[in-house]
Amino acid sequence: MNHGPVQSPRRRTAKTLLCASLLLAWTWAAAQTNDLGRAVALNGTKTGVAACIACHGMQGEGDMIGGFPRIAGLSSTYIEAQLSAYARGERQSSLMQTPAEHLSAEERQAVAQYFSQLPPYIPPQTLRDPEPATPDNVGAWLATRGRWKQGLAACAQCHGATGLGVGAAFPPLTGQAASYLALQLQSWKNGTRAPGPMALMPQIAGKLSDSEISAVAAYYGGPTAPLHNSPWSGAKP
Amino acid sequence: MSRRFVIISGRVWLAAALYSAAAAQAETTQPATVPSSASSPTLAFKSPDERSMPGGEYGKAIKLGEQIMLHTQTYAGRYVGNSLNCASCHLDAGRQAYTSPLAAAYVSYPMYRSKNGRVITFGERLQDCFRYSMNGQAPALNDPVLVALESYSVWLAKGAPMGGKLQGGGLLKLGKPALAADYVRGGQAYAQSCALCHGPDGQGQSSGGKMVFPPLWGKQSFNWGAGMHNVDSAAGFIKANMPLMRGNTLTDQQAWDIALFMNSHERPQDPRYTGSVQETRRKYHDSPYSMYGMTVNGHVLGGN
Repeated sequence: MNHGPVQSPRRRTAKTLLCASLLLAWTWAAAQTNDLGRAVALNGTKTGVAACIACHGMQGEGDMIGGFPRIAGLSSTYIEAQLSAYARGERQSSLMQTPAEHLSAEERQAVAQYFSQLPPYIPPQTLRDPEPATPDNVGAWLATRGRWKQGLAACAQCHGATGLGVGAAFPPLTGQAASYLALQLQSWKNGTRAPGPMALMPQIAGKLSDSEISAVAAYYGGPTAPLHNSPWSGAKP
Repeated sequence: MSRRFVIISGRVWLAAALYSAAAAQAETTQPATVPSSASSPTLAFKSPDERSMPGGEYGKAIKLGEQIMLHTQTYAGRYVGNSLNCASCHLDAGRQAYTSPLAAAYVSYPMYRSKNGRVITFGERLQDCFRYSMNGQAPALNDPVLVALESYSVWLAKGAPMGGKLQGGGLLKLGKPALAADYVRGGQAYAQSCALCHGPDGQGQSSGGKMVFPPLWGKQSFNWGAGMHNVDSAAGFIKANMPLMRGNTLTDQQAWDIALFMNSHERPQDPRYTGSVQETRRKYHDSPYSMYGMTVNGHVLGGN
């Protein structure tokens, strides 16, 4: 029999079966991770970790008033890195430290994956360039232009024109509660949040005054957020 | 010139001899936005504050020019053939030192430019930005896009001294590296300092369908005719400005190595392509700093 490039039907069947079983195994493993992630998210753990959704919302949409960040649709790498940083005390939070410590590495990974797969609620029609800012609008100006004479890049240069976030290293700003964003900038400024990739954020936060932090946080987290029609912002198109 | 080959054996390196010719070539490879005369004084200058931008019709043109710099895809997309914005290189909407800021460029023209082989105007220089760096089509000199960019540049240059080189104009001229620029070292430094934003494959990153971190090579980047494809120009840009907000933290050697690595990848064809890579190299890339026509990893750059 020719076992050259043309395969026998039996060989082909064997190959198909192998592929199918591998796919099945992978799907099963993914489903297990997802089940675990879902269980932690919705019910918490036996080790006493509360359900994530209690603060972060049923769909991980966050809470603008309470200042709990949206975690739905964030990169799983990013969420997992944050949970690990909380667990190690590199990112400090009276609310997150303990639960993160009590989650196993496997649970942190699974719950990160669960929330990363939830829809981020971003209407596609809103993805247009923000209106040109004026320097007197401090938040909008810092967000879209920065302050280059001090070597300060605009938020938009790394987080995207509308602050939607980029990849795993640059999380979304738009739609996060202003109080949460301000707290993060303050944390970088006072060293209670790990410096993160290339230690960019402490360098930035250190150049912002308290009122500038409030202004830029309000730009992304307030009613003037650059996403129009956003369910969070309540802004008119 | 005779064919030059980059030696491949796991390591790709520009022969040291390449650099001995550098002095003779410097005239043709200098950033074109500043006068090349070494005797010109360097003059301090700051562009006016945004708050002093005038109103009226003229103000509208200035503001449009600024927005074209920042959101080129939105405001001048019909002339652009890649995913870059002007501000991808000209940081702070064309204000930042050593990113070929517009004010310094504006007061330098008309000037003789070896790339064009004649005296050209500032408007013609802007046309070349679209043709090469934006890999697109040059707008006509009276096109609203060019008029807006010129208006913005004139305003940025308001009060600028003439007769010298403005401080921070053009790109940083970096001294020769201690070691010949090296592809492998460049790749390692790239992975460490650049890949976070520009991606491990140099293709940049987008968000919501809009480019955020520019692609450094490949179809969506500047073409082989753009000044940034020259290793010396890229090294100067990288040293002064990269990683973003961490300018002047890389060593000169790292900047040269990364520049060589970046410019040893394929990118869109030079619009002046004659039909032969070697002939195009002879005519337009006869410089030790151009990798066009060189063989890297078994691939002739410019062969696409």
